[in-house]
Amino acid sequence: MMITSRRLLNNAAKAPSRSFSTAKKFSLPALPYNYDALSPVISGNIMELHHSKHHNAYVNNLNAALEQYADAESKNDVGKMIALQSAIKFNGGGHVNHSIFWTNLAPTKEGGGFADPKFHVVQAITKKFGSVEAFVTKFNSQTAAVQGSGWGWLGFNRNTHDIEVITLPNQDPLSVTGLVPLLGVDVWEHAYYLDYKNARPDYLKEIWKVVNWKNVEERYLEASKK
Amino acid sequence: MTYELPPLPYAKNALAPHLSEETLNFHYEKHHRGYVNKLNQLAAEKPAWAGKSYEELIKTESGVVFNQAAQIWNHTFYWKSLSPNGGGAPTGKIAELINEAFGSFDAFKEKFSAAASGHFGSGWAWLVRDDNNKLQIVSTHDAGNPIKDGHNPVLTCDVWEHAYYIDFRNDRPKYIATWWNLVNWEFANSNLKP
Repeated sequence: MMITSRRLLNNAAKAPSRSFSTAKKFSLPALPYNYDALSPVISGNIMELHHSKHHNAYVNNLNAALEQYADAESKNDVGKMIALQSAIKFNGGGHVNHSIFWTNLAPTKEGGGFADPKFHVVQAITKKFGSVEAFVTKFNSQTAAVQGSGWGWLGFNRNTHDIEVITLPNQDPLSVTGLVPLLGVDVWEHAYYLDYKNARPDYLKEIWKVVNWKNVEERYLEASKK
Repeated sequence: MTYELPPLPYAKNALAPHLSEETLNFHYEKHHRGYVNKLNQLAAEKPAWAGKSYEELIKTESGVVFNQAAQIWNHTFYWKSLSPNGGGAPTGKIAELINEAFGSFDAFKEKFSAAASGHFGSGWAWLVRDDNNKLQIVSTHDAGNPIKDGHNPVLTCDVWEHAYYIDFRNDRPKYIATWWNLVNWEFANSNLKP
């Protein structure tokens, strides 16, 4: 009886606490177009760096943080879980935001830049802001004023059924506000520096030539479903 | 009174090949000068704060005014934290203080590099001292400046993307490794309490 117990104790001391990862693994989504498809509005140079380096790093860092989180969770280490939350928010937000962004853009030959007046979202914009031009002016003015790094968003408010223009800092995803993302514009310097240098307002003026209004409409129809 | 852009302590190509002339050109003429122009624009409306020093504005203002004043101050401090004759191991009093606070120069280098490369988003990594010359590493976000929290800055490294994107693209750690080739220990020593 005693020998069995000792063997059990010895075996227990050698066994690993948790050798498999229960963390979910995220992956970098493919771009819906070639790297140079949005040129000259956004160069192939920027698109390749933005997608394969920046977005990829958010995905990898998110996965690493989630693996550490799962490990901390398995050890009931709440302190460690809390310490990892900012890395999850930052990298997770970066992954969510950029995944939306790639779909929000399209080459002009695929409808990029064309705000079809038949689209419900275009009608909602015209109703609220007076015209698409007036909306763009307001969106650009607010987004250019982001201090440091962040994003400009057109979001849908499920409570009021209204659309709103809002900016958020760093990689905070629009979901923290409760709004549904329709269109996001990245104004981190990496999004435009190689093409526009410090001239963020010029980048914001040009990007509307490749905004994928079809995608914005799809998101709007989905969000405004009763 | 108009706010002026302090001159760069060296020629725009003086930090090459570590930091290119192109980077200094844009960083100084567009970003640094841009903050000065904006502050003057705001001051032209003759608000109560117009004419105050950058330090005063940093300590008392917030929002757009703080952002411009702090960024002007931060960049001026950054240019001085670099030198064409910089780099290598610290010498003078700063070397002793680094050993006291961090154990060794290598240990300090590792910690400071981690603070600079690990900062999420835009900001600055600082070496600061207290009134007893005790050294500490702090990082600030966006236009944040440590004098607002009562610290005395000794050195700084700009980690906004515009500081390194032309020369290093997304590779911030490589930029920080380069910063160590330019770090101005003489300036660091001049910021200590005598």
